[in-house]
Amino acid sequence: MAHYDLIVIGAGMIGASCADAASAEGMRVALIEPGPIGGGATAAAMGHLVAMDDDPAELALARYSLHHWEAFADLKEAEFSRCGTLWVARSDADRNAAAARAARLGAAGVEAHLIDAATLYELEPALTPGLSGGMLVPREAVVYPPRMARYLVQRAQSRGARLYAGRRAQALLSSGVQLDDRTRLSGPVLVATGCAIPELLPMLPMRARKGHLIITERYPNLLRHQLLELGYADSAHGDADSSVAFNVQPRPTGQILIGSSREFSAIDASVSPAMVQRMLERSFAFVPALRRLQALRIWTGFRPTTPDGRPYLGAVPGATNQWVAAGHEGLGITTALGSARLLMDLIHGRTPAIDPAPYAPSRMAA
Amino acid sequence: MTERYDILVVGAGPAGLTAARTAAAHGARVGLIDAQAQPGGQVWRHDVRHHAPREARAAISGLGQVELLSQHTVVAVEPSALRVEMPRGASELRYDALVLATGARELLLPFPGWTLPGVTGAGGLQALAKQGWPVAGKRVVIAGSGPLLLAAAATLRAHGAHVLGIYEQAAAASVHAFARQLVHWPAKAMQALGLRTRLAGVPYHFGSFIRGASGDDTLSRVDIEGPRGSQSIECDMLGVGYGLVPNVELAQLLGCALVHQGAHPRVQVDALLRTSVSGIYAAGEAGGIGGLAVARIEGEIAGHMAAGQTQAATALLPMRGKERRFGALLSHHFALDPRLLSLANAQTLICRCEDVTLGELDGFSDARSAKLVTRCGMGACQGRICGTALAELGRFPRNGARPPVFPTRLATLAGLTTFPSSDDY
Amino acid sequence: MSATVRLSVNGQPVEVPAGASVAAAMAHVTLHFRRSVSGTARAPLCGMGVCFECRVNIDGVPHVRACMTPVIEGMQVRTDD
Repeated sequence: MAHYDLIVIGAGMIGASCADAASAEGMRVALIEPGPIGGGATAAAMGHLVAMDDDPAELALARYSLHHWEAFADLKEAEFSRCGTLWVARSDADRNAAAARAARLGAAGVEAHLIDAATLYELEPALTPGLSGGMLVPREAVVYPPRMARYLVQRAQSRGARLYAGRRAQALLSSGVQLDDRTRLSGPVLVATGCAIPELLPMLPMRARKGHLIITERYPNLLRHQLLELGYADSAHGDADSSVAFNVQPRPTGQILIGSSREFSAIDASVSPAMVQRMLERSFAFVPALRRLQALRIWTGFRPTTPDGRPYLGAVPGATNQWVAAGHEGLGITTALGSARLLMDLIHGRTPAIDPAPYAPSRMAA
Repeated sequence: MTERYDILVVGAGPAGLTAARTAAAHGARVGLIDAQAQPGGQVWRHDVRHHAPREARAAISGLGQVELLSQHTVVAVEPSALRVEMPRGASELRYDALVLATGARELLLPFPGWTLPGVTGAGGLQALAKQGWPVAGKRVVIAGSGPLLLAAAATLRAHGAHVLGIYEQAAAASVHAFARQLVHWPAKAMQALGLRTRLAGVPYHFGSFIRGASGDDTLSRVDIEGPRGSQSIECDMLGVGYGLVPNVELAQLLGCALVHQGAHPRVQVDALLRTSVSGIYAAGEAGGIGGLAVARIEGEIAGHMAAGQTQAATALLPMRGKERRFGALLSHHFALDPRLLSLANAQTLICRCEDVTLGELDGFSDARSAKLVTRCGMGACQGRICGTALAELGRFPRNGARPPVFPTRLATLAGLTTFPSSDDY
Repeated sequence: MSATVRLSVNGQPVEVPAGASVAAAMAHVTLHFRRSVSGTARAPLCGMGVCFECRVNIDGVPHVRACMTPVIEGMQVRTDD
């Protein structure tokens, strides 16, 4: 039976980051992935690197992770584009609320400026008239997640990690895992299977939160920043069964990526015309010129969502040598690198750079 | 804006025209949707200079009560409804029964130089000539495979092109064997004879194919491989196509089962042209390449079926069987030379929308992984060109269809029915 | 035999038969319809609305298929620079 220092299950952005970080520490790593690398939530993701400030723990993880993303700012495969995030205020009340947010981000070390309406239109002339200003987070960026995940897997492989491509982890063993071809691997296991976590770890609840995205033809210079409405967190972190928010991204190609929707009860991956319509109406309300753009493709994806919205990062409750990294909802790309480092510190018994307690999976067992 | 029809027919080529007329004759309210400005499809495409064949004129003028919805592109599907886009608006068309007569497109295979302006499909060049593309006096090479090459060459000649030659990849023996079989289809034999007469003096080469095309910024030369070695020919236009593949994207989005015929999918239908989805029928090339006669007879069957006239449809089945056998004959005698699948080299662009080379696709075993990393197939043609070519090349089959069926204005997807105006880009 | 339509392609006047496509009209002026994402010149390939190689700007609207668009009097057509 092959023995590894760490068997990572799932080669999405989270598993790929963990395999990369583990191999960088000299561990003998196995990586198990039944489908394409980064073929799940990673492929469906927008790739926006963003710090959300409404939960201090989430902000700490994002901040930590964003720092590590800087190492890839010039990497071709990352397609890193520092477009900045522009949070748009519809009303003065929005803008006042943004002041508190900018202060929280600033305190966490994330540069953020309040901007007035004149500056807003200077930055983004395509925005609809009558907005009251916003908050600019200039150092944030967008990346291309599936290509990045593949890069990280290949980097791990170049350090000796073994990829079990096309193989599914069928069952966790007392120390190891059994694959669907009956192969058994021994060693500590790290489960990073996103929405599929309950298949292997039924004690960790996870809901799949469906999202839609639309990508357009190339319209260079129409938009320059990742644009979100200040009310976005209400959609992202609220518990409404379905919600939409204005969330639009200029890709480095000149294409426009349009989000975002959230649905808990939708279980099939098919595109819902009604949801697309709601999402587009929301985006047109902020950028009317979007109406004339050509859509090339619409797709859906599922965000792995824990009951409290924070990821599971740490030891599997009641087990030894089993670890989990999953449940990042819509922030998995942003926080993957930090999550991987946090896990490595925990696995090696080191004190992590940020407090791991808020992410401890044992909170579900309590 | 929602419009309600008893029967919608998608595609106004021979199959769709026949289906629509047949269904309307039973008293149904029928809408005939087509993306082109003029009905006729590809084989009966409107020609700015020449009259359409008599049978095409008859099919179009015989539409009667059918509502012809030209320049309507189906972009999305909803339960028992199609979302269509027009040049200046959009609407939703509801149906009780749907006939898919979405036809076929050309199989275009990559080779060095195939992205040069001046290189087109063979049927593509024919279509462009009919649209008024200036070909008079131009030196044109027609190449690829199948009887379509003769039709393309004849159209080009009628428009004043100097057709230097027709280069058919199938071996002479195979084409001659095909020609001998035509005695069983006298109408096709007559048509072939007519084409040969119109092409008198144009050399028709067999066992020959285009290896490459070159030129500074537009085409000026093609390299041809033939039974007696290679040669180069100077020319202004090259039309090269390797037969047809069914357009199945809409059917796929509607959830209709597909079956593979060689490397490419076709819509699965039973003898009465029912797809796997209740109330949806497929007629003509979408259900497998069969040619004009198949399209017409299947259009008639599907029109009866959509109108609930099973008996009338059943009476036509023997005719359908005979015409369908012709399709099998075609694919047998014009089977592609395996050398055609290795013309592209590592530097040859495969995805012309996102400029992805064949070499960049090495190491990927499935279309989705390749697409995620290289963006192959993610451009405006939605993989219709590269995905089909890669399937033929044996790299990987095209993966599932995603909405919209064609690139579409966001306004249309948002349910807006009028064209937004006065926005700047 | 039939009426003609006048339009402008990159500022150059072109006159073609009514019913002609924008693609056909453009070919009187240029064979460079668009620049690909890596900068190479492209022109129509399929002639029937499938390949999207003939995308041009028509009356201010980018990415319109020239082969699928009939000419209209006074149309302004622009290719990529």
